[in-house]
Amino acid sequence: MSETKLQPLAVAQHETEYRPGRIFVATLKRELQLALRRRSDLVNPLIFFLMVATLFPLGVSPEPTILMTLAPGVVWVAALLSTLLAMDGLFRSDYEDGSLEQILLSPQPLFIVVLGKVIAHWMITGLPLTLMAPLIAVMLFLPAEGMSGLVLSLLIGTPTLSLVGAIGAALTVGLRKGGVLISLLVLPLYIPVLIFGTAAVDAAVTGLPLAGHLALLGALLALGVALAPIAIAAALRISVSG
Amino acid sequence: MAGKNWMPRWFYQLASPRWCYQITGKLLPGFVVATLLLITIGTVWGLAFAPQDYQQGNSFRIIYLHVPAAYMAQSIYMTMALAGAIGLIWKMKVADMVAKSCAPIGASLAVLALATGAIWGKPTWGSYWVWDARLTSMLILLFLYLGIIALNSAIESESTAAQSTAVLALVGLVNIPIIKYSVDWWNTLHQPATFKITERPAMPPDMWIPLLILVIGFYCFFAVTLMMRLRNEIIRRERRAGWVRELLMQQRG
Repeated sequence: MSETKLQPLAVAQHETEYRPGRIFVATLKRELQLALRRRSDLVNPLIFFLMVATLFPLGVSPEPTILMTLAPGVVWVAALLSTLLAMDGLFRSDYEDGSLEQILLSPQPLFIVVLGKVIAHWMITGLPLTLMAPLIAVMLFLPAEGMSGLVLSLLIGTPTLSLVGAIGAALTVGLRKGGVLISLLVLPLYIPVLIFGTAAVDAAVTGLPLAGHLALLGALLALGVALAPIAIAAALRISVSG
Repeated sequence: MAGKNWMPRWFYQLASPRWCYQITGKLLPGFVVATLLLITIGTVWGLAFAPQDYQQGNSFRIIYLHVPAAYMAQSIYMTMALAGAIGLIWKMKVADMVAKSCAPIGASLAVLALATGAIWGKPTWGSYWVWDARLTSMLILLFLYLGIIALNSAIESESTAAQSTAVLALVGLVNIPIIKYSVDWWNTLHQPATFKITERPAMPPDMWIPLLILVIGFYCFFAVTLMMRLRNEIIRRERRAGWVRELLMQQRG
């Protein structure tokens, strides 16, 4: 009796091979498809980005000379806050409908699945933010020379923000009031990206070489890609089992 | 079996809350005496007998509180992350309790370091707060502590809370050198380093010996507070265990 029951399991084990490439593409496809079906979630961070940037001319001063000096920091801080806003939902719906447990139970490496989810999340939030940043930079009178620095630094910096933010999202996924807590956990960890990002924009504005700052941002990204998925996977296992 | 014996025996014994409670009970009086002696000697020597600074006069004497507090804030973070890692790897309850007990001590010493720094900054720099690299990285360290405390109190299940905070502490540990260097470089773009203890060329022995005594004294102080918190935590979590009941009955007489 027991042998006949065990057989299907053995077949299943035989069929599931480790295919990191395929599971990565499948995760990416699924996440993007889900995001495209919830358009409002896609647009909300962008609107938030625009609104935060609008607050500064109203709150500080509409003077172009003042805004010009503030622009790199304001655009970066606004981008950072909008990625944080979208972070809370990264694992929440999967956690609520139980698919997160299935992902954890699957024999595929969690590292790859998590990386796929984070990259999909970046394509939905970080990439549109990067593309929209020049518009806000123009509104804040950032000199035209600074644009290349702004777009490049955001392009390299926002994936790191998504990776680090996902650690916070994974740690708080089981909690009802995760939203505020995520910002408390993640914002201190965002500081290096913010510093190097705004430094790159400042360098571009003043005509100094950009490569050094961009290389540092790239180094942070490389470190994030290599280590953050491990922490995210560990945090997910803890959150789901608890 | 041979592969399992590479860890010393006391390491496994520490995993037992009861054994840990007993050994900290034996160690505690010694550390209390050492703390009191070292801090008293260091404070009196530093505040009353150490020579004045030729530039800052007597205002430099706050160094005797500021520097040990700043050292401790960083060391305690390391201890917390290390205990968290041990708790994650070996699933040791006592390590989780150590990590949990470290966070409030570290946070309060970080606040002390920031406050004394601000008080020292007023006569030296002319303002309470400067966005100096060291100040900023200490502030971020405080934020990390606060995040860890917030996460720990948000999760109800104690073992989940301990594991989650351990992961966060380890992520923060990776990030601390990055923060330190990023803040250092960010700062140099704006203003040169104003005052660093490591760069002061010649500090006479009369000045640095009391400082060293106070640093060691603060380490002992940390050990005392950690052990006291740990013992409370052990008693609280093991309150249903037989030995805790016996202990409480004995104390009640």
